[in-house]
Amino acid sequence: MISRRRLLQLGAAAALSGRSVRLYAAPPSGPRFLLVFLRGGYDATSLLIPYSSGFYYEARPNIAIAKPDPNQAAGALALDANWALAPAVRETIGALYRAGQVAFVPFAGTEDLSRSHFETQDSIELGQPLAAARNFRSGFMGRLAETLTGGERDAAPISFTDALPLAFEGTAPVPNLSLKNLGKPPFDDRQARILTEMYSGHRLESAVSGGLELRHEVAREMADEMRTSGRDSINTKGFELEAERMGVLMRDKYRIGFIDVGGWDTHVGEGAAQGVLAANLGSLGRGLQGFSQSLGAEWHNTVVVVLSEFGRTFRENGNRGTDHGHGTVYWVLGGGIHGGVIAGEQLAVNRRTLFQDRDYPVLNDYRRVLGGLFRTMWGLSADQCTKVFPQAAPTDLRLA
Amino acid sequence: MPTFVRLLNVARPMGIARIGSMAGIGGIAAVLVLGAVGCATHPTGAQAKLARPDAAAGVLPLLHREDVLWLGRVSFGLDAASVADYRRLGREKFLERQLHPRGPALPEPVAVRLAAADPGAGAAGEEMRGDAAARIAAVNAARKSIYALPEGSEREAARKAMNDRGNRVAYAAIRRELLRAVYSQDQLEEQMVWFWLNHFNVYQHKAEIRWVIGDYAEVAIRPHALGLFRDLVLATLEHPAMLQYLDNQQNAAGHVNENYARELLELHTLGVNGGYTQQDVQQLALVLTGAGIAGENPPKLKPELQGFYVRRGAFEFNPARHDFSRKTLLGRSIPGEGFAEIEAAVDLLARQPACARFIAGELARYFVADDPPPALVDRMAQTFMRTNGDMAAVLRTLFLARELDAALGSKFKDPMRFVVSAVRFAYDGPVITNTRPLLNWLNSLGEAPFGHQTPDGYPMTELNWASAGQMSRRFEIARSIGSGSAGLFDADDGSAKGESGFPQLSNRLFFEAVEPFLTANTRNALGRASSQQEWNLFLLSSPDFSYE
Repeated sequence: MISRRRLLQLGAAAALSGRSVRLYAAPPSGPRFLLVFLRGGYDATSLLIPYSSGFYYEARPNIAIAKPDPNQAAGALALDANWALAPAVRETIGALYRAGQVAFVPFAGTEDLSRSHFETQDSIELGQPLAAARNFRSGFMGRLAETLTGGERDAAPISFTDALPLAFEGTAPVPNLSLKNLGKPPFDDRQARILTEMYSGHRLESAVSGGLELRHEVAREMADEMRTSGRDSINTKGFELEAERMGVLMRDKYRIGFIDVGGWDTHVGEGAAQGVLAANLGSLGRGLQGFSQSLGAEWHNTVVVVLSEFGRTFRENGNRGTDHGHGTVYWVLGGGIHGGVIAGEQLAVNRRTLFQDRDYPVLNDYRRVLGGLFRTMWGLSADQCTKVFPQAAPTDLRLA
Repeated sequence: MPTFVRLLNVARPMGIARIGSMAGIGGIAAVLVLGAVGCATHPTGAQAKLARPDAAAGVLPLLHREDVLWLGRVSFGLDAASVADYRRLGREKFLERQLHPRGPALPEPVAVRLAAADPGAGAAGEEMRGDAAARIAAVNAARKSIYALPEGSEREAARKAMNDRGNRVAYAAIRRELLRAVYSQDQLEEQMVWFWLNHFNVYQHKAEIRWVIGDYAEVAIRPHALGLFRDLVLATLEHPAMLQYLDNQQNAAGHVNENYARELLELHTLGVNGGYTQQDVQQLALVLTGAGIAGENPPKLKPELQGFYVRRGAFEFNPARHDFSRKTLLGRSIPGEGFAEIEAAVDLLARQPACARFIAGELARYFVADDPPPALVDRMAQTFMRTNGDMAAVLRTLFLARELDAALGSKFKDPMRFVVSAVRFAYDGPVITNTRPLLNWLNSLGEAPFGHQTPDGYPMTELNWASAGQMSRRFEIARSIGSGSAGLFDADDGSAKGESGFPQLSNRLFFEAVEPFLTANTRNALGRASSQQEWNLFLLSSPDFSYE
């Protein structure tokens, strides 16, 4: 039998020559984590509204969202004396917030100041110290999976994307499959075997075998779901349908997942209580609500973090949109979290507290925030925390 | 055997003539034997050296593995004609032809089809004719007339009809590029058109962009694909597709939008580590104020501004929207002179060593290796600087580099290369009539033409295309291509069914340029195929076909 140590060595070798993918059977219960990456830099200021700030209404004459009004059931939802939640997610995320299952972390983000989507997305997904040379073969979700692999804490990672995101790069094997459109498994067993053997000894060997197996497995899983679920899933579509399917797979099989959602780069005409951004937020909120429901009892073991590469300019631009900014607002969701709070370091929102007279500052570093969550969820040791996020001391926001 | 299979067995006349002049079947058998011995390694010296006509023997030389792989890099993939040209001309002459296309490059049936009107044009709206300026004007007029209708079913129907026309226009543009990619003899030009369309990415589903993507490809990109980089930047800057995509049409004095300015620096010219600052982004955004899309009538301008007005096609520089203050870009002072500032800024960016390095690196990543050899990138950047960004010169440096030879066989095909090379190889005969299956395959593999939402374009490394999910998807498409059931010979608009039947991939081109170099694993899989369709699936799914 091959020792675990030997397996790890093989894993390290596989990292040089490619990666090996295998499928996991997760134990029925245990912590689960989903990262939702909003690509494009969503305008957090239109999600978590700093309604006590007069400066907010000055800076956004056309796109500010009106203060919460107790007589307006469809307006912004006051979360505390300073912050309100966008009307677009009031019924979904607002309800979860009231149930203590959502928290928001404003002034969150990275020290990366390039204000480039691609640069900042990459640096967040890699999760490495900014000063060091980047290793593009090592993302923080990948390192988390490596840390958890083996035994009771088996990571069982999966990416619900067509391509494998940088966040999952590393030596731990990670299968990927978008759940947008599902079809029958394409090949019979004999064909799958021949295709796999054709890549025997090749650096893509395990990607090939893992990909073919995952197709079979998901088809089986979803066939059961369609038969046994009493819920009407006909009306759901797009992200909502995907998120429901994700919930089923994470309930039954997988422990750490990744999904990205695009369409947040609102330079022009982003709208306010209604409009392009509100529509995107609405779909995201419904999707996350559906995800929480399809997880069933495992929702109480699950933590979801929604983040984006950066926030946007605090002031609206000349086109009723916003440009690339800095600090943003992270969402933390989960059936068992201590939610219903605005968490982390905070400042009053006014002109003086803006970063470079332009954006929200970053007071809550993403590596420290995520590191703190992971530490609590899985009881990680200091060494393990350091492995996932080198040179970043975990912050405990007391959420998980 | 279906007629279709027989048709596909007949290679182009040119190819047949040349192959026929070899030592007949015995010549092919010799390749097989030698190839099997040298399988997966470099063939031994027993084979003829490179592609140089052997005058004494009066026959054309056999192909070396490196020749086949090199040809696979210059082109979107082998077909009989490119192999024949290569054998006749040798590497350097072949390359010169590719660097300086002389046209006409398309087989007649393709040229005829592309010269015909866009599908549905004539009967449909004015938006489908003319250049970008005419189309934009017609789209605006059509939108106006739709909004003029009262809310209700008539308006909804008009809106839907216009939407359908837009889809047809976009499809026509994509069809044109795909047919050219598959059938043009000027394969390097086609690859460069695709490379630049990706480098200067636009997204057809934003604003009215889909109406002008064909014009963007043919007018902004293609004429400069092998020309001067600076011209290419300026052509994309002025095109309504880019002006809409990165919002510069909204960028005006007092209402600055820095979206395009940032990406022009980060993605188009200098690269994110190219040494510019947030200050440079803001200054460049000011330089670019007033660059937008022309309206129906020229703006009414104060007399002192009239001399600054510029109109070229659908592009308009409106001095009333321009910030005339003095700017500082990359440490250079740019006085407020209107459109001349934009030309000066583009010249300044294109002359930067950072720009030369960035473009050289991107080209080398696309054509040579995921981590391109730094020495090669340096030499390409030097060529770029010396020639003022002459792409033909930079590509000559690349394609004659020993570093390229050393990297042959290890570049994973992105979906576009995979699909186009498979179709070139499998359907190297009668011209396909329907490109929708190609588009569907690209969509399914995640590399839809004009379908990348963000301005970074599609990534070009194996890391991005060879995950578990992507590999199994690729095999499904290999099966679809190899089974002949995709409808490639149906009418483009779905109105008529064409011939169907699977292609005979074990053809002359296969025995000449593929079979000798197959790896043992692939050979083994092919031997286990239970039908020709399955044989096709295995070949197109093989590591040998996935890499070039």
